[in-house]
Amino acid sequence: MDTSSGGGHKKGPGVKKGKKLSTRVDLTPMVDLGFLLITFFIFTTTMSQPTAMKLFLPKDVDKPEEQNKLKESAALTLMPSKANMVYYYEGLDPSKLQSSTFKGIRDIVLDKKRRTDPKDFMVILKPTKDATYKNTVDILDEMTIDAVKRYALVDITPDEYKFVEATENANGVK
Amino acid sequence: MTAMCDVAFLLLSFFILATKFKPPEALSVVTPNSVSSKVAPDKNVVMITLDKDGKVYFSVSDGNTSEKKDIIETVNTSKNIGLTDAEKKNFVNNPSAYIGVPFSQLKSYLDKGPDELKNAVLPGVPVADSTNNELLEWVRAAVGAFQGSKMNLLVKGDNAAKYPSFSGVVFAFKKNDQLKFQLITNPVGAPLGSELQKAQEKSGNKSSEQ
Repeated sequence: MDTSSGGGHKKGPGVKKGKKLSTRVDLTPMVDLGFLLITFFIFTTTMSQPTAMKLFLPKDVDKPEEQNKLKESAALTLMPSKANMVYYYEGLDPSKLQSSTFKGIRDIVLDKKRRTDPKDFMVILKPTKDATYKNTVDILDEMTIDAVKRYALVDITPDEYKFVEATENANGVK
Repeated sequence: MTAMCDVAFLLLSFFILATKFKPPEALSVVTPNSVSSKVAPDKNVVMITLDKDGKVYFSVSDGNTSEKKDIIETVNTSKNIGLTDAEKKNFVNNPSAYIGVPFSQLKSYLDKGPDELKNAVLPGVPVADSTNNELLEWVRAAVGAFQGSKMNLLVKGDNAAKYPSFSGVVFAFKKNDQLKFQLITNPVGAPLGSELQKAQEKSGNKSSEQ
């Protein structure tokens, strides 16, 4: 488009010359502003909505006999504690305590799962008082990841805590 | 140039529409991650917040003003706090009215204006001691207020909160027969090669939640 009104061409008589201003506007500042806004919105957008993890609690029963009985050989107790350590023992004897980490616990759970009748397999989660909320959620999440059907979140007994504490002291975990 | 401009503005409009501004929260809580893919509900919510020091706060979603009113009335009568109407209104109408004080301080807490409430450092609802678990009363009042409609019990905890405060919250739920609740988390994908991932692949990448 020629916007010069210099008048190079010869136009016929009666045709008005000049006055033909460009309709084009310089878009650069608008585009700049556009990108600025895009960057702003990209940074402020929260794409991922918070999700919710469902947790079902077992009902407290007054009589311990009514509590679901679990087979000793099919039980695995996990106890997350401080410094992101997980202590665990199989069966019902806390003196056989072993230690692991959140990374290693998956293999232990899966290994136990493989060796146990799926009908009886049960994981008991007992976070100690030194465990954080994150540890608790992580260990619950681990149950979902490992497709463990039966698990329960239970308070730790003083006895078990003693064993955990002793192991922690022995390993120098602060 | 025109094409680029078009794309840029298309993106711009997308992001403008997709943005949902987070309401400024009085409490900053960093939630843990989980593989759960269910979106947290935002209506009829009774939220228990655990901050990084393990302090416990109680709040109800803003839309439920009538339930909020019921709750504060119930607590007021059962605990003989003697709140004035203005103080009750303060709780009902103020969106950032977290209950984070013991009953003994509730009256003076609700006397404060909205600006003061925002900046107040709160001691948290006592839960640590099972004989003096005040959250119990709050949850009971909430259960009563939400009778007939579905109540979503949510726990939003900070990564660094210690287990005993969570255990105190669970205790309060259990005593009120609230055995189903949800924990707010940030979504992450299932780890590669795990059982969950295999199950998800089998079901055509559908959510793991039943």
